[in-house]
Formats: sequence, structure tokens, C-alpha cells
Amino acid sequence: MKTNKILKTILALSLIASVATSCSSDDNTPEAVDEEEVITTMNISLLSENGDTVSLQSQDLDGDGPNSPVITVENLAANTTYTGSIELLNETETPAEDITEEVAEESDEHQFFFNVSGSIASTTYGDTDGDGNPIGLSFTLVTGDAGEGTIQVTLRHEPTKPNDGTLADAGGETDIAQTFTVVVE
Amino acid sequence: MKYYLYVFAIFCSSTICAQDCNSILLGEIVDFHDNSALSDATISITGKNVSTVSDENGKFNFKNLCNGVLELEISHPECTTKFVTITINGDTYSEIRLEHHLEELKEVKVVGNVPKNTNSGQENILSMQDLERNSGNSLGDALKKIPGVSTLNTGGNIVKPIIQGLNGSRILILNNNVRMQDMEWGEEHAPNVDVNANQNISVIKGAAAIEFGGDAIGGVIVLEPLPVVRTDSLFGKTQLNLSSNGRGGNITSSLTKSYKSGLYIKAQGSYKILGDLEAPDYLLSNTGIKESGLSLNFGKRDFVQGWEGYYSYFNSEVGILRASHIGNIDDLILSINSQTPSIINDFTYDITQPNQEVTHHLAKLSYYRRFEGFGKWTIQYDFQKNRRFEYDIRVGDDVDKASLDLQLTTHSVLSNLTFDAKQGLHIKVGGLGRFQSNFANPDTGVRRLIPDYDKYDFGFFAIGSYELNTDWTIDAGARYDFSRIDAKKFYRESRWEERGYDVDYANIVLEDLGTQLLTNPVFDYHNFSGTAGFHYEINENDHLRFNYAFSQRAPNPSELFSDGLHHSAARIELGDLRIKSETSSKFSASLERNTGTWGYSLAPYLNSIDDFIVLEPTGVEFTIRGAFPVWAYRQTNAVLLGVDTSVYNNWSSNIRTDHKFAWVKGTDIETDVPLINMPAANFTNSITYTNPKWNNFLVNLESQYVFKQTRYPSNIEVFSPQLQENVVLDINTPPDAYHLLSLNTEASFTLKNKNDLTVGLSATNLLNTNYRDYLNRQRYFVDDMGRNVSLRLIFNY
Repeated sequence: MKTNKILKTILALSLIASVATSCSSDDNTPEAVDEEEVITTMNISLLSENGDTVSLQSQDLDGDGPNSPVITVENLAANTTYTGSIELLNETETPAEDITEEVAEESDEHQFFFNVSGSIASTTYGDTDGDGNPIGLSFTLVTGDAGEGTIQVTLRHEPTKPNDGTLADAGGETDIAQTFTVVVE
Repeated sequence: MKYYLYVFAIFCSSTICAQDCNSILLGEIVDFHDNSALSDATISITGKNVSTVSDENGKFNFKNLCNGVLELEISHPECTTKFVTITINGDTYSEIRLEHHLEELKEVKVVGNVPKNTNSGQENILSMQDLERNSGNSLGDALKKIPGVSTLNTGGNIVKPIIQGLNGSRILILNNNVRMQDMEWGEEHAPNVDVNANQNISVIKGAAAIEFGGDAIGGVIVLEPLPVVRTDSLFGKTQLNLSSNGRGGNITSSLTKSYKSGLYIKAQGSYKILGDLEAPDYLLSNTGIKESGLSLNFGKRDFVQGWEGYYSYFNSEVGILRASHIGNIDDLILSINSQTPSIINDFTYDITQPNQEVTHHLAKLSYYRRFEGFGKWTIQYDFQKNRRFEYDIRVGDDVDKASLDLQLTTHSVLSNLTFDAKQGLHIKVGGLGRFQSNFANPDTGVRRLIPDYDKYDFGFFAIGSYELNTDWTIDAGARYDFSRIDAKKFYRESRWEERGYDVDYANIVLEDLGTQLLTNPVFDYHNFSGTAGFHYEINENDHLRFNYAFSQRAPNPSELFSDGLHHSAARIELGDLRIKSETSSKFSASLERNTGTWGYSLAPYLNSIDDFIVLEPTGVEFTIRGAFPVWAYRQTNAVLLGVDTSVYNNWSSNIRTDHKFAWVKGTDIETDVPLINMPAANFTNSITYTNPKWNNFLVNLESQYVFKQTRYPSNIEVFSPQLQENVVLDINTPPDAYHLLSLNTEASFTLKNKNDLTVGLSATNLLNTNYRDYLNRQRYFVDDMGRNVSLRLIFNY
């Protein structure tokens, strides 16, 4: 009698187990994830007083993959004032997603920082957020005498605003940190 | 102790059926398991002033009995009294079977400090008092009391236990005989167990207990509820803890109803809330925690058979230090150099990004049946579902979206047979089947760090122990495990080529999506494990144990498949499909003395691990966000050598001191470089004054000294885009040694029943010392927790 009961118990338990295992195994192919809100590309266009446009680009299509960003630069003219604007794209999506708008929308949480050296004389912010603090999506860049120079562009998320314009004072997290080495002629 | 009587058969001599009071009762008391005779049991007839004692053959008799029903009272020196009814019909013979092993029917008081899961392994038990004192802490913090156990922390609330230098998948956590499947592979994934749900906790250091799994190279943590007493009773316990650091606390309550028939039901619940924790000099913003747990046990325990149902729920929402969320390598360099957190907000109980939320469901059904003169058979089915969300600081529409959303579902069936019919010989054989499925939700909009996979495990084992004589017991065991992992993973084409998979694994590509490849890695692992050892009882007080354990562990999903940026850690973690099982050979011994007045334990070990899997910083990769350190998994041969020691002495009946020291040295023997993340030597001394006459008053002062880890792999040199030069990333240098004092005091009071209320007050980091611990992943950013004063009330009813 008792053996019967045990057998029933074993049967019941193994049934539960087999049902439970069989219903969870599926061979569905997972869907690919196209990264959102990823910045793959930063396009800086510099418009001179006489209408010449210089483009600087940093493009990293594999995001946090092993490939380093590809930097493309053009030469700048000496002793010229350029009006600069920055465009941020997510090119992993087709068509490319424009991240510039998101930064502009959350402008109180973002700020670009420019550090220049060599033949690049200075930069000045050309825009402000709702609190009157600089953003940096548009700016002015002045070149010096001919030679080599660097333009370091950093985008910080949630920096201390206002700040003294240095990265150390601003804190926050880095969303972009790229350096362009350019020739001024 | 209690035992269960099994009146097996009653014979009536048909030829002599006397009518008057001259019948004889011939009785025999035997052990249920092996039919051996039990002597020295006192048998008396209730209501009459007659009693006798069973002889060396277990036999007894009563003469001049009247026909009818009698009740016998049977007591044994080691057991509590039990009654059995017998019908006398002429001369009567009765065989009475007693449960002598008592394992199912233990009473609360029986639970001592005697390890029981292994014969020759190094094993420690956490006392109920230690557990009550740690009711508001994590499991890892509670286990730190045991020499040789340390923790790998991500702040104060994410605490992973380390046993003799090893953590993560090398440690198996057994929750009420269910192996936890809670994504133990991540360094910031703490065990999803409520420390208050189980009150019997023991730690087996190393793989000596192979019946639980062959891959526990680090050890096994066994969590069990207290056994339920087989009487009609209803009792409960409520504990409340309030802590100053975090300005919160926790409450836990349990209620147990048991019946004489063996039926029982137990319910338990816990809730914990802490706000931002504090270091001595500043607030640790976003380090709060909310935790809730619920468990329900019910079943029937009989000597012959029994069943149990168990369900537990655990939910934990933990904030991750806001200042530890950094952008790139320059931010990390900045944090390491500045030594103060970049973000300090006002105190709050709110938890915001970065944070994690984990839910764990565990359900089990088990049944056992004992066969006389043979042994015991057990079968168990368990189900687990672990859901983990990790939230990151994101922008735009994704602000409140999780960056990681994994769901791990596991079903297991296990069964084993124990043969204990022969005196001194104990054999157990068993097997297991397990199916596991991981689902990584693509709705996060972030590439999966861990892919979707199905995993199948089968294993079987045989273990045995044999008492050669009263002093020597030997044990041995062997186990085989098969596991297959079948994953569907997307690789970036650039990563696929960088890893060289296009050459070695070209055949597993299912689909080319342009920039990504869908692949189907399927790997099989055949793992063997074995153990052998002895326990020599030198005399009543001194014991010597020696154990050798051979074990193999298959790589976990993180070690195989990790590939991507871990935002919370600001590092790129890379697994390797080529990783194979690691193999450990561990020799451990322990020499123990325990006289009651003083005692010591000396436990050295040597663990030699071939193909040891390590995760360490290897270099740097550049992205548009700057440079990130790369942490990659690799395999090497390693040796861990260490010793755990403890000494205690009762200087008088009131004063006791305890001294513990643990040291481990881990070396990559291929390169002769120290292993990363090895716990530093630590030395703990405490003095306790107790006085039972003053309401069980106890006061304890503890000093903990943690040495500076002097053995660590060298730092890496990286290019800083911001500084436009190579800099040394000081990522491996351990912090300085530190010394912490803690004070604990408690007393018991009587409200309704004797000593039903215990009140305790304790302070950890009493002097509010600034310190950083090598094994806290947030040591780059902030000091560890400052002083915490906590009050606890424990009420039994």
C-alpha cells in the first residue's frame, strides 16, 4: 500500500519537474539591440568671417568596442574668428539619431568645455541655458599665428553650474572627451 | 531529545492465553536504522510503581500483568521521556524501535556548535547570538565573524562573502537545501538571501562537501531554518534593530505552529530601510537600501517519512554611491587623486540612479522516506526566479529605464539515498538535474552584457564515511557533473575580430546584421570532483582533521560572454569564449582543542588551482567618451596558501577573551605575480564580560586590525586624453592598514516568560575612524562607513 503512495509521490514530483522544465525552454532568437542615446559622432563646423567652412569630426561607430574613434580634421586659417557649432549623432541607427536636441533640451545638465593650445588663441561660449549659464553647442573660436594647435572638447553631464570654466571645478561625468590636433596656416 | 516509537509488531502466544493477571510482557528495544539493541533505557508502567531497565541486548520484561491495555513510559539517559500503548493478551512480545539518530527530530537546544556537514573538512558554525547581532546586516557581514571569511564590498550594502580568498561562483550558497541561482557571477551582485530567514548557518571552507556541488572551490555556505519541534506549540520571535548610520533599521518576525503529529507551519517576514550612510567626514550620497523578505515553511515530519514545502521571496533595492559613477579614465584618475567624493547631497532615504533592484523567488517541495534496516530516500524539486534591474544615469527619454534587465529562471530536481543501516558506515548517493534559462531584456536599449542562454546540468555523486574505531573516522566521495550552456549572443563585428573569434569560432555565426553578428555558442563541460579525509579524535578535547578535495568548476556566463562597458564601474569587461573549467586541488587540515575553559583551532590550507580564472585590469580602450580601463578574464595557474586560527580562554566564569587571525597568500605561479583582490591579513581580539545573575548581562569590546595588503599586481599605465600623456592608473594599490573598535552589550529581561526579551546596544567603528578597505570597490572614491550605534530588541513569545 505504502509503496503505491511513494510511487505516486515520485510520479507527481517528476511530472511537476518535467512540465516546469519543458515549458520554459524556447528557441526564440533574441532581437538585436541598437544602442540608444549613444553618441558615436561629434561634428564641429567652424564658419569663418569670409564664409569658409572647416569641419572637424570624431567618429566611433563601434561605441565601446575595441576600435578607437576616427578623427578627421581640416586646416584652419591664421588670425581668423570662426563661429563654431557642434552636432552630435548616433550613427548606429539608420537614419542617424540627432543627440544634439537632447543635449539642448537638458541644457541645464550639460556643458561643453574647450581647452585650446598652440596656434588656437581662444574660445568663447555663444549660448546659454535657462539659468544664463554657458552650454557650448555654439561658440566662437579665434586662431593665432600659423602653426600647430590643439582643440580639446569635453562634454560633461550634470556638471556643477555655474562653474569657473575648468573641468576640475565642473565635475560631473564625461560624455565626450576628444582632442583635435590641427594645422593653422 | 525526543524520539519516536514505532511499535512494529505484537505477537500473541496462541497456546497460552491466560485469563488472570499472570501474563508476561517481553520487550526488546532496537535502533530503527540498524536493528542494534539499545541498552539502559528505563521502562516503567504508568500508574504502577514498577520499572525495569533494558539489558545489553535491549531486552526487558514485566511479569504478572493483567490482560488489557497498558501504557509504557520509556526514558533513555540522552532522551526525553516518551509513552507507548501496548495491548496485553496473554504472554506478549513487543519490539520497540527507537530513532537513535534523531536527525529529523532535533530540538532547538540540541543545535550546538558542532559542524555536521563534513567529517574531515574545515567547517564553522555561526552562533545564533552572532546572527541576532547581525540581523540588520547582510549575510556577508554576519559571516565575517568566522576566521577565514572576508567580504568583497560595493559600498556598505552590497556584500559578497569571500572564503579563504575566493568568492563569486566559487562559493555555493545553499538556502534551505536549494542552491542559490542568483547571478552570483558579478562583483556587485550580493547573495539574495534574507539573513533572518534561516537561523542555522554554517560555512564549509573548500569543496569537501561534494554532495552539494562539485564546483565549490571556495566553499559552501549552508543556511537552514531551525528544526521544528514535534509538539503542540505556537511560538514567535520579533526582532527590531535601529541604526544611527543610515538613520533606519529593520524588523523581522516569525511565527511557528507545530503539532504533535509532526505537522508544522512557519511564516517569517522582514523589512529593512536605511537612508544614506555616513563616512566619518561626509555623507555617502545614494547609499540607501530597502529590503523585504518573506518566507513560508510547512510540512510534516515523521520519523518514517515527511514532506516539506518552502517558499521565500526577497526583494532588495540598493543605491550605488553617486560619486562612484564616473565618465571615463580621467574622471577615475581625478577621483583617485582627490580622495574626496565629487558629489555630496543632503541626507535622504530616496534611492536614485545608479541603483539596482533585485527580486528573488524560491520555491521547493521535498519528500523523504526512511526504510528500516536500510536508510533514507529524499527527493526534492526547486524553482527559482531571479530578476535583476540595474539603473544607470541616462539622458533623454531613457532617464528611468533600466540599463540591465536580466531574468534567470532555474528548475532543479535532486534525489539521494542514504544508507546508514550498518553501524559506523554512512553512505550517500544522489543525483541532480537542472535547467536554467536567462533572458536579457532588449528593451533597455543597451547592448546585453550577459546574453540569453539555456543551461543544462546533470550530476551524480557518492560519498561515504566509516568509523574505523572510536577514534578514527575516514571519509571519501566522488562526483561527476555535466553542464551545457547554449547561448545566443550578439557580438560587435569589431570585437569579434579583435578577440580572434573570426578565426576560432567562425562556425557559430548564425546571422550577420551588418555591424553585429548573432552567434550561437554551445559549450559542454565534464567536471569531476572527489574528496577524501579523516577525522581523528585524539582525546575527548582534541580533534585532528585532514581533507583533500579535488574540484572542477565550469566558467560562468560572465567569464565567457562579458563584453561591454560596465557604466557603474567605468570599465570595459571582457570575457573569453576559450575559457575552460578551472581545477582545484586543496589540502586542508585542522587541529582543534576545546576543553570548555579554553580552546584553539589551527587550520592551514593549500589550494592549487590550474586554469584559475582571474579578472584584472589589462589596458585601456578609447571611445568618444574618452579612455576606459579594460578588465579582462584570463586563465592562469594559481596557488593560495593560508591559515585561519582562533583561540579562546575563559579567565574566570565571567571573563572570556577571543583571538582570531587569518592570513592568505595568493600567487599567479605562471608569472610569479600576486593575485588581485586577496584579503589582507586580519587580527581580531575581543574581551567579553558576562554575568548571568544580572539579567544575563554581557559586554564585549572588540578590536579588529586589518593589515595593509602588500601583495598586489602592479598598476597599469594608460594614456590620458585630457592630459595628453601616459599616466600611471593607481588602480591596484591597496589602502593603508586600519584598526576598528566595536562595543556590544546586551541583557535579557522577563516580561511573560523567562528571559523573553533581549535588549542589546552596540557600536561599530566606535572611534569613527577614517579608513578604506582593499576589498571595497568604492575605495577609490570614498572612506568606508563611520560609527554606527544600533539598538536591538528581541522578543520571544
